[in-house]
Amino acid sequence: MNDTIIRTQHLCYTYAAQQASLRRPALIDITLEIAQGSCSALIGVTGSGKSTLVQHLNGLLRPTSGSVLVDGVEVGAAGADLQQLRQRVGMLFQFPEAQLFERTVFADVAFGPQRLHLARQEIRTRVVRALEMVGLPHKEYAQRSPFELSGGQRRRVALAGVLAMQPVILVLDEPGVGLDAEGKAEFYAQIHDLKRQGITVVLVSHDMAEVATLADQIFVLDQGSLVMEGTPREIFAQPATLRDHGLAPPPLSSLLMHMRQRGLEVPAELMTVDDVFDFLTQKHRFDSSR
Amino acid sequence: MNSSPLIDFQRVTYTYPRAGQKQPQDQPALDGISLQIQDGEYLAILGHNGSGKSTLARHCNALLTPDRGRVLVSGLDTRDTALQRRVRDTVGMIFQHPDNQIIATIVEDDVAWALSVRGLPASLIVERVNDALEAVGLAHLREQSPQRLSGGQRQRLAIAGVLALRPRCIIADEATAQLDPLSRQEMILLLHRLHRDYGLTIIHVTHLLEEAVQAERIVVMQRGRVIMQGAPTSIFSDLERLRALKLAVPEPLELAARLRAAGLPIASSALTAEELARELAL
Repeated sequence: MNDTIIRTQHLCYTYAAQQASLRRPALIDITLEIAQGSCSALIGVTGSGKSTLVQHLNGLLRPTSGSVLVDGVEVGAAGADLQQLRQRVGMLFQFPEAQLFERTVFADVAFGPQRLHLARQEIRTRVVRALEMVGLPHKEYAQRSPFELSGGQRRRVALAGVLAMQPVILVLDEPGVGLDAEGKAEFYAQIHDLKRQGITVVLVSHDMAEVATLADQIFVLDQGSLVMEGTPREIFAQPATLRDHGLAPPPLSSLLMHMRQRGLEVPAELMTVDDVFDFLTQKHRFDSSR
Repeated sequence: MNSSPLIDFQRVTYTYPRAGQKQPQDQPALDGISLQIQDGEYLAILGHNGSGKSTLARHCNALLTPDRGRVLVSGLDTRDTALQRRVRDTVGMIFQHPDNQIIATIVEDDVAWALSVRGLPASLIVERVNDALEAVGLAHLREQSPQRLSGGQRQRLAIAGVLALRPRCIIADEATAQLDPLSRQEMILLLHRLHRDYGLTIIHVTHLLEEAVQAERIVVMQRGRVIMQGAPTSIFSDLERLRALKLAVPEPLELAARLRAAGLPIASSALTAEELARELAL
C-alpha cells in the first residue's frame, strides 16, 4: 500500500499552438505521488487541468517539462515503451458505454485482448474473468447484445473491456455521471473490489459525494496548478478554500458547516451519515436528561 | 387553478418505434399520462433513467407527439404540424449537452439565429438578443466565440437562445448533468430567477432529489406513468418509496428522516441544508 506507483515532479504541460498568444499552460509545476492500491480523486472545475493530467498517465500526452513516472516507466523519455504502458494503465472515459459496438458482450470485451494477439484460450479466460469481476457472469451475459442491457450494465461491460487488458492502474473519468442511484451503488462496489485486488484507481469526478465515498486521497486542481491535497476529511473541512477554487463540499459537509455557523459544536471528524446520526442522538439524549 | 392549463396531457401514450425489429413486449415510454401544467408554475419531473421523464418533456414542445391521447399547449394540439412552430415558440427546451443547440461562431449571432430564421426585423432582433444575454448574465461575452465559454456559460447561452423567442415555458432536461458543482448551482438559481422575475413556467427534468427540493410541485415518474405528485414536503416524507424508485436520497434528508424516527423534533418542512441546520441547532 505504501509503494508509490505514480509520481510526477514539476510536471508542466502547454498545448502546442501556432499562435503564441493562444499558448496557455494547462499544467503548472505539478508534483504528486500516488500509492499502489489506493484510490486518488482529481477534482477541479472544467478546464482546471484534470483531463490533461490523466492523459499523461498513459502517455497520450508527454510533459513539456518535468517528469512523470508511472509503474516504473518514465513517460516523457525517448524510447519509453508507451505501448506496454497503455496496457498497464486502463482508461475508462466518460460515457464509455457509447463506445460499445460489437454484437455480443463477449466480442466487445474481447476486442482489446484480441489486438494483443493472445492465444484464443487466453482471450477467453480473460473475458470470462473480466465479466465475473464486474458482476456480469459470462454464462448469462456473454452472448447477449450490449444494447439490450441497462445503462449501468453497459457501463460495466465497458469496464470489463478495460479490465480484460489486466491493467495495474485504472483511470476513471466521471464514472458515475448518468447512472441512477442503484447503478452508481453497483459501480462503486465494483471499484472497492478492484482496490481490494490491488489495482490503483485514479478518479476524475465532479460528484463530491462520489469522491467522499471512493477516494483515499484528493488532489484539487485550479487553472493548471495543484492547490489542495489531502484526505476527503481534510479537504471537505475547508469549504471556503474549496469555494475559492469553484468547488463545493458534499451536501452532508455543507449541513455540518451550517450547523457550526449556528453555534453548534460539531466535531471535525464526523464524515458519514452514521457519524452525524450517532453524534446528534447522543447530544439529544444528553440535552433532554439535563 | 381554474384557468385552462398551459400544457395539458390527456391520456397520452407513446412507444418508440424500432425499425425492423419485432417488438413483442415493447413497453410504452409514456403509458396513459394525464397531467396539467399551469402557466407560471415551477414543476420538477423526477425519475430514474428510463422512467419516461425525457419522453414526457419532448411531448411538451412537439419534438414527439402522442400515439394515443393528445397534448394541448395553450390550446394548440401538438399533432397538428401546422401548429408546431407556434408550440415550440411557446415552450422552449434546453438539453444535457448545450453544444447540440449552439450553431453560430459568435455568442450574439447564436442568440439571434432563431429570430432571423423567423424573419423578424433587425431592430427587434437586436433588442431581444440584448435582453436575453442580459437575463442570463452573458452580455459581457457577446462577441466571444461559444467555444471559448465554459460548460456553464454554454448552457446559459443555450437558455438565451430559447429566451430570445420569448417563450412562456422553458424545459430544462437534465440540463445540469454535465456541469461542475458551482455552475450547477448557478444554473438552478438562473431557472428560479427566470421563474420569479419573468413569470416563466419552468419544467425542470432531473433524477436528482436535491434539484427538485425548491420546485412548487414535483411529479415522480416510473415506467411511463406518473406515480406520485405533490409539494416537495409531501413527496419527501416517504424516502423509502423514493429509494425504491432508484432515486438517490441526499444525505442531509436521510439524516433528518432517521433523526425524526429516533424521536428528535425536526419539522418535515425542512428540506435544504440551511433549513435542517436551523432545526438541528435549536
